[in-house]
Amino acid sequence: MDLYDLTIAEASARLARRELSAVELTQAHLDRIATVDGHVRAFVTVTPEVALEAAAAADRRLAVGERGPLLGVPMALKDVISTRGIRTTCSSKMLEHFIPIYDATVVTKLYAAGAVLLGKTNMDEFAMGSSCENSAFFPTHNPWDLDRVPGGSSGGSAAAVAAGEAIYTLGSDTGGSIRQPASLCGVVGLKPTYGRVSRFGLVAFASSLDQIGPFTRTVEDAAIVLEAIAGRDPNDSTSADVPVPNFRAALGGDLRGLRLGVPKEYFVRGMQPGVDAALRAAIRELEALGATVDWDVSLPHTEYALAVYYLVAPSEASANLARYDGVKYGFSAEAPTMWEEMERTRGLGFGPEVKRRIMLGTYALSAGYYDAYYLKAQKVRTLIKRDFDEAFARYDALVAPTSPTVAFRLGEKLDDPLQMYLSDVCTLPINIAGVCGLSVPAGLSDGLPVGLQIIGKPFDEATILRIGHAYQQATHWHTLRPALARA
Amino acid sequence: MRYEAVIGLEVHAQLVTKTKMFCSCSAAYADAPPNSTVCPICLGMPGTLPVANKRAIDFTIMTGLALGCTIPEWAKFDRKNYPYPDLMKGYQISQYDAPLCINGALTISLPDGTRRRIGITRVHLEEDTARLLHRVDASGEAHSLIDVNRAGTPLMEIVSEPDLRTPEEAKLYLQKLRRILRYLGVSSGNMEEGSFRCDANISLRPVGETAFGAKVEIKNMNSFASVERALEYEIARQTDLLERGERIPQETRGWVEDKGYTVGQRSKEHAHDYRYFPEPDLPPVVIDRAWVERLRAQMPELPDEKEQRYRTVLGLSDYDAKQLVADRRTAEYFEQALAASSAGNGRAKALANWIINDVNSVLNARGIEIDAFPVRPEGLNELLDLVDSGALSVKIARDVFARMVETGRSATAIVEEQGLRQISDDTIVLQAIDAAMAENPKAVEDFRAGKTAALDFLFGKVMKATRGKANPQLTRRLLSEKLGSS
Repeated sequence: MDLYDLTIAEASARLARRELSAVELTQAHLDRIATVDGHVRAFVTVTPEVALEAAAAADRRLAVGERGPLLGVPMALKDVISTRGIRTTCSSKMLEHFIPIYDATVVTKLYAAGAVLLGKTNMDEFAMGSSCENSAFFPTHNPWDLDRVPGGSSGGSAAAVAAGEAIYTLGSDTGGSIRQPASLCGVVGLKPTYGRVSRFGLVAFASSLDQIGPFTRTVEDAAIVLEAIAGRDPNDSTSADVPVPNFRAALGGDLRGLRLGVPKEYFVRGMQPGVDAALRAAIRELEALGATVDWDVSLPHTEYALAVYYLVAPSEASANLARYDGVKYGFSAEAPTMWEEMERTRGLGFGPEVKRRIMLGTYALSAGYYDAYYLKAQKVRTLIKRDFDEAFARYDALVAPTSPTVAFRLGEKLDDPLQMYLSDVCTLPINIAGVCGLSVPAGLSDGLPVGLQIIGKPFDEATILRIGHAYQQATHWHTLRPALARA
Repeated sequence: MRYEAVIGLEVHAQLVTKTKMFCSCSAAYADAPPNSTVCPICLGMPGTLPVANKRAIDFTIMTGLALGCTIPEWAKFDRKNYPYPDLMKGYQISQYDAPLCINGALTISLPDGTRRRIGITRVHLEEDTARLLHRVDASGEAHSLIDVNRAGTPLMEIVSEPDLRTPEEAKLYLQKLRRILRYLGVSSGNMEEGSFRCDANISLRPVGETAFGAKVEIKNMNSFASVERALEYEIARQTDLLERGERIPQETRGWVEDKGYTVGQRSKEHAHDYRYFPEPDLPPVVIDRAWVERLRAQMPELPDEKEQRYRTVLGLSDYDAKQLVADRRTAEYFEQALAASSAGNGRAKALANWIINDVNSVLNARGIEIDAFPVRPEGLNELLDLVDSGALSVKIARDVFARMVETGRSATAIVEEQGLRQISDDTIVLQAIDAAMAENPKAVEDFRAGKTAALDFLFGKVMKATRGKANPQLTRRLLSEKLGSS
């Protein structure tokens, strides 16, 4: 097995036994990036010096007997997470040369745990998109088929794990931006409950929906990373003061006694038959593992989730992105007057999708429209939340598709924003309700990965991780690797 | 036709918290070098989040309680969106439709004794902006500079109902409001330094009319006097327009202090749409009643209560009570002196006189605040002890007081050193009387012929001979006896 195929659990075991050094492991990943990233283009910035220095430091800690699941394990961060001294672009021309002066809380936590940062991964600009094609720099390619998208917005983070360019990565999920690319790239992606992980240092897209989470190859690894990054942060007033359990210890056992519901609204029209078949097989596998499955659950307000999302998220984004005016940092266009300078900076610095959403949000919040759009959306949001509350009174978790389709071709939906928006139809409601969701590889359709989404109660990541882990113990889908060039 | 003005005021008061509204930077930026009290949060760096300052919320609730406001069960923060280079995030965190305090009132007393209740619509909390400085460099090129120190410092906004009718009422309202904030210790209330800012809304309507006229907002007034002047100007301007049959456009106007007029800045058509929406980065503020009661218990005695106590318990006149409570530190000075008094509350009137007349005139002459006054309350009290014991006449006490102010030394030390102690010894005073009578036989004769004014003449001679130290009551009594007996 190649070093770049290791999971966190495997790598840290070998590091702990001192069979492998963090520098060797890191170098293997830097080499892998050098070999494949010209095709995959998962990285916006690779940081070899930072990585090797961190790896050497990790080796010193290992040498004195320190142990930890992430100590010396190489990873990458979506380029929307603030890293002090390391360019953080949000894949936008606006921040192409922006070097933050502080670390996000998750970065501080991972550094303390001995994580080795390989670089920053590509994304849809400011996390707005579902294909990674809205990056101002270049699109990322799906390692399973380089002509296809990796999904988005955290496409680079998903592709990097799928291509063996990082053992794990962090992404952010506002409407599906972790789970959908995880599904399309055949890796595990977890969107924790809103408030579980600090957002401090996550460049905001939609503040009431954004959440940071991991991409990994196994559910066990996702449990390890979540435990490292979760917890109340005094710098984030929306982070919850809820105990962080030992997620890894909660894994194991069969699924007897667990009640699962399948929300019928998630099997949408236009769902690919291969995806449908793979999902039904996956859910039957969960049944075989002892879970009781109700195949006919209804979350009646699901159909409004897309509309709610495209009012709430752009509204918040319109304010969050107001700070990029060229005055203080980032891209700045020359113009005769201050106002023209600000206008031109924003006109040239933002890409079309970002501008579209700023305009949508500005409109939805405007005098005379606020009640009909923003306020109404918030009311419907409450109804969608209630759907989940009611379902979780009867079921321990819900299982559904992550994406109605496998990875689509680059350029296929680029000119049709509505089609692009629909690719998140199964993931949006989870953000709107603020609950947690996990996508695990659940087979192939036409040779491309399909994801099973497991949706959990607020702050009950332990249950969905347990279900996902049991599924991975019984199946081999997560061990499949795309046929990229071997280094 | 006669018109009446309808005036409402919006006051922005900086709160004197240690740290800023949403980060842990120092809020004391006044003497800090530019851009030194800043961090990623108040700089609005991408990815940063606000955390609300609990003390600022406390201060705002205390202000609301002092103004008789209702404190709702919960409040929330909202984003107020508008682009400007002094706004680091491109929006200001403020409070829109669920402020910390609502429905209060402030009662002002007009010079004729009338009391007017001015409604308080709301008190809410927000963050201040950065400061823009416009400078021209040596080569003549103009630069706009940003000092972010002030950005994110807590700002409390107090909005009145349109209950004020005259510029004088507006001034009285502001004075009283500022006094309350100073008593609470929540704001320095300094208008010139910008820690207490006022915008005014004013409209005119025919007397007897109940509907409001077109509202004009006036900005840029940086003293109580300029608020009064700007409102007077605006009443005259609008009256003139109305009398010529013209319509008053709804707009924002700026007060030009040195010219003494207002100029149009922004019409209603160009008014901002701030697109307020709930701040998703901050959970709503849940205000349980125990919190409110804890704050209520911490509140100091406010000026109105104090004034009443001075009148009813200490027996001071309306005038004295008002003078003393006008400034919180003056009242504190008075109360400290009174607490040190061996004569108890019986000395209240004398202390009030000394503070209102003697102390204040020195403060005015020197342009200092009572905190910096060299004679501390205990020292003033000691001087009054000497007067009450008969050791000093009031006249000499004034000289001693002047020396105390000059030297910072105690009354006793000055009296001993300069031998100023009053002469209350009968024999010494009688010697001086005898001498005066011997030297002025004509005056003695005049007195005996019925010219009582001659007694005052002889009294003056005795006082002069003793350099003012003779106890005046004693001298007058002995002199009368002497003149009557022989």
